[in-house]
Amino acid sequence: MVILKAKNISKQYRLGLVGTGTISHDLNRWWAGIRGKEDPYLKVGAVNDRSTKADSDYVWALRDINFEVNKGEVLGIIGKNGAGKSTLLKILSRVTIPTTGEIKTKGRIASLLEVGTGFHPELTGRENIYLNGAILGMTKAEIKAKEQEIIDFSGCERYVDTPVKRYSSGMTVRLAFAVAAHLEPDILVIDEVLAVGDAEFQKKAIGKMQDISKGDGRTVLFVSHNMAAVKSLCSRAIVLEHGKTVFEGETDDAVDFYLENANTILKSRTNIFPLENTNYGIIFKNIFIKEIEQSSICVKLLVDTKLEIKNIGFGIKIKDFNDIVIGSITPAITGESFNLKKGESEISFYLKNFLTLFSGGNYYFDVWVAKPKLEMIIYGENVIGYVIPKKDRFSTGVFHERNKHGIINMEGTITM
Amino acid sequence: MSKIDDDAWLYTISSKRKLIDFNFKEIWHYRDLLMLFVKRDVVTVYKQTVLGPLWYLIQPLFTALTFTLIFNKVANIETGTVPPFLFNLAGVSIWNYFNTCLSSTSDTFKTNAAIFGKVYFPRIIVPLSIVISNLMKFSIQLLIFIAFYIYYYMNGAAIHINNSILFFPVIVMLMGLLGLGSGMIISSLVTKYRDLKFLVGFGVQLLMYVSAVMYPLALMREKLPKIAWIVEYNPLAYIIETARYMLLGTGTLSLFGIIYTISVTLLVLVFGIIIFNRTEKTFIDTV
Repeated sequence: MVILKAKNISKQYRLGLVGTGTISHDLNRWWAGIRGKEDPYLKVGAVNDRSTKADSDYVWALRDINFEVNKGEVLGIIGKNGAGKSTLLKILSRVTIPTTGEIKTKGRIASLLEVGTGFHPELTGRENIYLNGAILGMTKAEIKAKEQEIIDFSGCERYVDTPVKRYSSGMTVRLAFAVAAHLEPDILVIDEVLAVGDAEFQKKAIGKMQDISKGDGRTVLFVSHNMAAVKSLCSRAIVLEHGKTVFEGETDDAVDFYLENANTILKSRTNIFPLENTNYGIIFKNIFIKEIEQSSICVKLLVDTKLEIKNIGFGIKIKDFNDIVIGSITPAITGESFNLKKGESEISFYLKNFLTLFSGGNYYFDVWVAKPKLEMIIYGENVIGYVIPKKDRFSTGVFHERNKHGIINMEGTITM
Repeated sequence: MSKIDDDAWLYTISSKRKLIDFNFKEIWHYRDLLMLFVKRDVVTVYKQTVLGPLWYLIQPLFTALTFTLIFNKVANIETGTVPPFLFNLAGVSIWNYFNTCLSSTSDTFKTNAAIFGKVYFPRIIVPLSIVISNLMKFSIQLLIFIAFYIYYYMNGAAIHINNSILFFPVIVMLMGLLGLGSGMIISSLVTKYRDLKFLVGFGVQLLMYVSAVMYPLALMREKLPKIAWIVEYNPLAYIIETARYMLLGTGTLSLFGIIYTISVTLLVLVFGIIIFNRTEKTFIDTV
């Protein structure tokens, strides 16, 4: 059964400051409204891309979003910063209204946009449970019935009659999450709550979320950057980009789509060249990758020097999609230092068996040049990326997933 | 989708706005929140102070004392048979109720932006809770007024309560609603244009002087007949004058004034609700 249905949701924001120009726009809009005409500023407005320069005063944070949620479903909403996730949640939780379109719902929506909303520092933990619960839409009787359960879950029994201002920030979050987790709305909207608290509490929180969705059959809309949490909680997900839905489907596919999508953008970062250090008169002009043989690659860096430089070292770092360094080649390993003549030189980083050593996915490289043991001259971060195709590791027709089998393909055997 | 299915939707979040979107059922659902807000406002204001709720009494007492010294002793304003201090205490207490209602509600959206930006509940709960919690403070101030009233009565001052005192709660309610209505209008406009905040700051102060707080309405008519109309068209002046008539038996009771005040209050209130409703939907984008 469809419990929530969003139709053509768009949200427009005005850029810049509120000033005298705002009054004239307001008047124009009001005049159009009086004559029964459409808002003249709805026609303008650019796609929401943070990095490009705006050529319009208006921007579409969301544009024609459509989706349906079934009862008992946990829908994940993923996307980069500024993709429109929070705007969508704000509309869903009725904090603001869409510029066009409508959302219809068959159940009460409660949101957990940020825990601790409305906590008053002077009130005790217990008083805040009531206040916060009521803000989130519970009646006093409902809270009273759950009071002990909330206190137990938060693990703050001892401090419950102490003003919240004396709490550690972790305790405040625990208490706030406990209140919110015991809400019983038909649809629960959650944004990034799991980013808080210690490891133990995060685990508890994810467990509770799972109980809510799986055990109680509650409908949940979940927004997070934590792909592991999304994967473990959601049955379906949508991917937002620049305010538009770019993918809708199974969670695993959506997460893959999101990660790869995020990566293709990183991959085309050649616009950061040239990188220059004027003190040394050295420039990284360009970088490219050459595939060698079956399984090895060579990263080639074009360097231009204005003067002769002696005794410098180059290095490379290999990072996975999570920005975690998984390997490197440094002068310490190779023992090489170079003398650069004036003019262009080509530095080759030979990565042996790169394609077979790592499993399928996207990888990025940092390259740097330094005076050994002295100082960094140029550090180029994520200057180029490389996609290793997914591998049919077990020859079963199923492609190897790095999340399941790890990033490194171990060499070794199992014998009996 | 069939028609029957369409009716099953609980509510719709849409870009379309109704002129008056006042959902009593929803507000009723949030009644506990209203009471908790009131409790929070009353309890937390004077936490970690030595005198605590006594501060509620100190403010009007000292204001009334100052007014008595300056306006009655120095400037020789006549308050008839009523002791000037009692006259001023009545005016100041009632005026304060309006003043606090107006200035606190006019900040509703700005001070609550953080919480409004995260969860939905009927926004009107906040200004309502302010008016109610201020009513509590006003009741405490009324107690001190009664204490002084008895003191002066025992000492033979010519004051008497008449039957109209039964309508005193109505007058107080009018005062609260007028503060609520104008506060809601200002709070809605302030979200976009902060200029108004400055206007309210000193505007309220000026308003006090044309609201017959420290002088009887009749005195204004007598001394400054040319600009007395400013006071006469000010519903606040009628409320204060009427309240003083009820409590002290001084001043005039005018039927026109009461009807005029009620109409203005209702008008301001309805207009306030309309504009507040419009603002609450999108203010978070502009505040």
